[in-house]
Amino acid sequence: MTVVDSPAPVSLQLSGRRARSERIARVLFLVAGLTSVLVSVLILWSLTREAWTFVSQVEAAALWTDGWFPRRGMYDIRTIVLGSFLITGIALLVAIPIGLSAAIYLSEYASPRLRRILKPVLEILAGIPSVVLGFFALTFISPEIVQRFSDADQFNMLAAGIAVGILVIPLVASVSEDAMRSVPNALREASYGLGARKISTTVRIVIPAAVSGLVAALIIAVSRAIGETMVVFVAAGATGGSLFSTNVLGPGQTMTAAIASQAAGTDQVVGEGLTFQSLFFVAMLLFIITLFLNLIADRFVRRVRQTY
Amino acid sequence: MDADLNIETIGGTRVTTTQQDTMGSSPSSPSAVFSVRDLNVYYGRFLAVRNVDVDIIERKITAFIGPSGCGKTTVLRCFNRMNDLIETARVEGDLQYRGIDLYSANVNATEVRRRIGMVFQKPNPFPKSIYDNLAFGPRLNGVKKKNELDDVVESSLKRAALWDEVKDRLKASAMGLSGGQQQRLCIARCIAVEPDVILMDEPCSALDPIATARIEDLMQEIKKDYTIIIVTHNMQQAARVSDQTAFFTTEVNSVSDLRTGVLVEFDATPKIFSNPSDERTEAYVTGRFG
Repeated sequence: MTVVDSPAPVSLQLSGRRARSERIARVLFLVAGLTSVLVSVLILWSLTREAWTFVSQVEAAALWTDGWFPRRGMYDIRTIVLGSFLITGIALLVAIPIGLSAAIYLSEYASPRLRRILKPVLEILAGIPSVVLGFFALTFISPEIVQRFSDADQFNMLAAGIAVGILVIPLVASVSEDAMRSVPNALREASYGLGARKISTTVRIVIPAAVSGLVAALIIAVSRAIGETMVVFVAAGATGGSLFSTNVLGPGQTMTAAIASQAAGTDQVVGEGLTFQSLFFVAMLLFIITLFLNLIADRFVRRVRQTY
Repeated sequence: MDADLNIETIGGTRVTTTQQDTMGSSPSSPSAVFSVRDLNVYYGRFLAVRNVDVDIIERKITAFIGPSGCGKTTVLRCFNRMNDLIETARVEGDLQYRGIDLYSANVNATEVRRRIGMVFQKPNPFPKSIYDNLAFGPRLNGVKKKNELDDVVESSLKRAALWDEVKDRLKASAMGLSGGQQQRLCIARCIAVEPDVILMDEPCSALDPIATARIEDLMQEIKKDYTIIIVTHNMQQAARVSDQTAFFTTEVNSVSDLRTGVLVEFDATPKIFSNPSDERTEAYVTGRFG
C-alpha cells in the first residue's frame, strides 16, 4: 500500500507547545474582553439599584421645586437638566463653527506638510486636563470676556459653556476632518474638472458627501459636552445647589457638576435621606442620554461608510 | 487625405483655415487648439516626462498611447492644469491654448477648466441625483432658472446617449447606474458646461467591451463639436477612434534607475499604426513590446 511506502509521515497537527500557547493567548484575550463587559454591567447594576431606591421612595412634589438642593430634599431635576442643556448649547455654538472651519482648513486647504504639523497640535489641545480649562474659564474667560460685556456674576454658565466649547473643538475638528478626508479624491477632481473653485467644491461636494460623518461629529460633541464635569464644577458656581434659572450670566449647575459637588471633599455624601440615591438617579439619566446619543452617532458613522 | 478648405467656427466667429494632411508637422498650424513645445513635467526633482511637442487639432480626436508609466496621463493633466492639484508637480515649457500660454501667471486654472473638461479613468459621479450631477456645472456658472437647467440636463444627456435610459429617474442617485452609464453620465456632465475641449483619461479602462463600444460611438458623435484628447492603454481603441496619435514610451536613466516619459512619435493615426517612422513605435504597435 502507498501509505506504507510514503517516506516520512507528514504531521499536520500543531505541536503540543504551540497549541498550548495558542490556547493561553485565547483565554487571556477573552478575559480582557470580558472584564470590560463585566465592569460595564457592574456600573449599570450599581446605578440602577440606587436609582431605583430613589425613584421608589422620593415624593413626587420634591421633584418639582424651585431648584436643585438635594441636601434639603429639593430634587428639581429640571434645574440641572436645563443647566446641562444650556452649557452644552453654548459649547456647541463655540465648538461647531470653529471646529468645523478648522476641519475644512485641515482637510481641504492646508498643504500636507502644514497638516502634519497642525493635526498633532490640535491633539495636544485635546489633551489639556479639563480642570485647567475650568480655571481658565474662571480666571480669564469670565472676567476678561463675559464680565467685560455684561454684568454677569464671576461664576456664570456662559464662561463655563465657552470653556466646554474650547474643550470640544479638537474633537469636532478631528472627527469632521476624518469625515471629509474620507471623501474620495475622485469627487474633488470631478468638481475641479468642471471648473469649480475650492470653496464651491468644499461646500457643494465634500461637505454633502461627508454629511453623515459631520453629524456624527456633532453628536459626539454633544455627548462629550453633556458629560463634561470639571469645567462646570469649577467655573459655573452653585456648588451647594442651584435655583431654577435660565440666565446664563448667573451661576448654574449641570447634572455632572451636581453629582461631583455632592460627592466632593468628603468620603460620605452629606445630606438628608435620599441625597445619596438622588445622585445615582442623575447619573442614570446622564447615562441614558449619552448612550442614546452614541447610538445615533454610531448609526451615522456606519452610514457614511455606505455612501460611496 | 488631401488638403482641403475648412470653414470652422471658433468662439462664435467664422474662421477660414487651410488644413494640411500632415497633421502636427507645421509648428503652429492655424487650427491647433493646443500647441505644445518642449514640455517637461517634474514631480519634485523627478523628471516625469520630457520634451513633448504636439499640436492638438480642432474637432479631431488625438490619442496618447504608450506603456504604463510613460507620462501620458501626466501630459494630459497639463492641458487643464489638473497637475496644479499635485503639490510637487511642476511644468516647464510652452503650452499654448488658442494663443494663450496656459501656465502664464495671469491665467486662472479654474477658468481653464471651465473650457477644458475632463473625463476620468474611473467613473466619478457625485453621490447626488442624476439631475444634480448634470446641473452642477451650469449652476457653478450661475444658471439658476429651473427650465434652463432642465434643458441643459436633457440636451446633455441626449448628446451622451443616456437620456432614454435615465429620463424616468432623473431624481434617482447616480450611484445606482451601471459603470458604463456612470461614465456616459460623466461625459454628459462634462458636456453640460459646454467646454471647448474634452480630455479623457482612459475613459474605458473600467468598462466592459459593450460599454466601451458605446463610449467610442459617442466620441465619434460628439467630435463634430468638441476637440478630444484621449489617453488609452488600448491600441485598438486608439486605432479605431483617433485621427492623430502620440506614442510615448519610457526611458530608464542608467544612473538613477528612474523612468522618464518621452514622446517618441506624433502623427496621423493610420501612419502610426501602419507605417511608423520610429522603430520603438513599430515595436509597440505590433505588440513586440509593452
